[in-house]
Amino acid sequence: MNLQTIIDQLQLKVLTQPRDFSSVEVKGGYTSDLLSCVMAGAKSGNLWITLQAHLNIVAVASMLDVAAVIITEDAQPDQATITKADEQGVSLLSTPKASYEICGTLWEMNIR
Amino acid sequence: MSQQTRQPTEQEKFGRHRPVTDRDAQEINRVEELSYDLKIREVMTSKLYTAAPDMPLPKVLEIMRTNRISGVPVVQDRKMIGIFSIEDIVRALEKNDFATTVSQYMTRDVVTVAEYESIVKAIQTFTESRLGRLPVVNKDGELVGMITKGDITRGILIALQRDYKEEELRRYRASHLFEDIISDRTTLVLRYNIKAGDFTHGGNASSHIKRALLRLGADAQLARRCGIAAYEAEMNLIIHTLNGGILKLEVEPHKITLSTTDDGPGIPDIERVLQPGYSTATDKVREMGFGAGMGLVNIKRCVDKMELESTVGKGTKLTMRISVPSESLNGKRE
Repeated sequence: MNLQTIIDQLQLKVLTQPRDFSSVEVKGGYTSDLLSCVMAGAKSGNLWITLQAHLNIVAVASMLDVAAVIITEDAQPDQATITKADEQGVSLLSTPKASYEICGTLWEMNIR
Repeated sequence: MSQQTRQPTEQEKFGRHRPVTDRDAQEINRVEELSYDLKIREVMTSKLYTAAPDMPLPKVLEIMRTNRISGVPVVQDRKMIGIFSIEDIVRALEKNDFATTVSQYMTRDVVTVAEYESIVKAIQTFTESRLGRLPVVNKDGELVGMITKGDITRGILIALQRDYKEEELRRYRASHLFEDIISDRTTLVLRYNIKAGDFTHGGNASSHIKRALLRLGADAQLARRCGIAAYEAEMNLIIHTLNGGILKLEVEPHKITLSTTDDGPGIPDIERVLQPGYSTATDKVREMGFGAGMGLVNIKRCVDKMELESTVGKGTKLTMRISVPSESLNGKRE
């Protein structure tokens, strides 16, 4: 499934510069707030669902080439984080929902 | 007929330099991004054919015919007051009214776009208005160019090609490094000074390392393994050292060595830090998502050989070795 469909269905807010999300193919997902676990567990093309919103998520997301980061519970990254994400080509998406709910919905959408 | 020519500068034509990310470099898909990034003035045609309101119809027809264009902006005192297009000619033809001037038949209500807007605005305007070409005005409402869908396509293609060429060139130069420089043993050494507590730049060095390896011709998998190991090692220097340390990458045609050195505090119990889940990180650091006690475990998983030496009060040296499959890095010999 492409990222645009997921953004639309989950009503995610795009925090970084818009790009052609419909051409980004999402292959599964991973959730954790511990960066080293993400480093070990997330695969290229995954969606990463996390409550973390600080600058260091960008380096992790960029290193792993994840499809996008979904920041849950309306945690707000600061401008420096968004700027760095744009520089590194990392898409940051936001939702008021909790990680558990987002993962559940994605699972039901067959993102597995 | 007046001809306005204003050659755009290099800066205007190509915009700011934009870094190509790893993902861009792997699968170039920046069209959407570029449509926000490129400004109308960067892609528009600034060579203009214009008509004056008092110009006789046959003369305008001649301009349109010789230059093969379907519409001519009508300009008075540098301001655009209308546009004269094929539809207007048809209307004049219907009335068999040819001995008249442009102002009689021109369309006065003209849809324009501003030169400082992104091309996505022009694309929207094209879609909404169903027009094939749009006059471009500056902030004072003066006509400065014309834009067609073709101009947009060409502008995007040029920008894409430029991005692609830059990255290709860098890759080409880097990937031939080991072939071009002859020695019995060539090693490329990259050193990064990592500051203690510098979370703001955390991950920058490892991101540079991953990029360097991709440029040197490493496949995505190899670059990723090294990137993850470098990241964990870099964060260890930031989180745990007193004065930071040095992260070093040594690239040889068939092996990669990553290492970190620092001058303290040193690790009292090496066996323990190698256990998954063991961490000495502070609560503050843990809140940021570090301190899972998985850093060294991750490194071990990504590299072929890891050595950790440490003396309390003196410092720590972590060495990570990755062997390179012969076809992955500069082993390519066509």
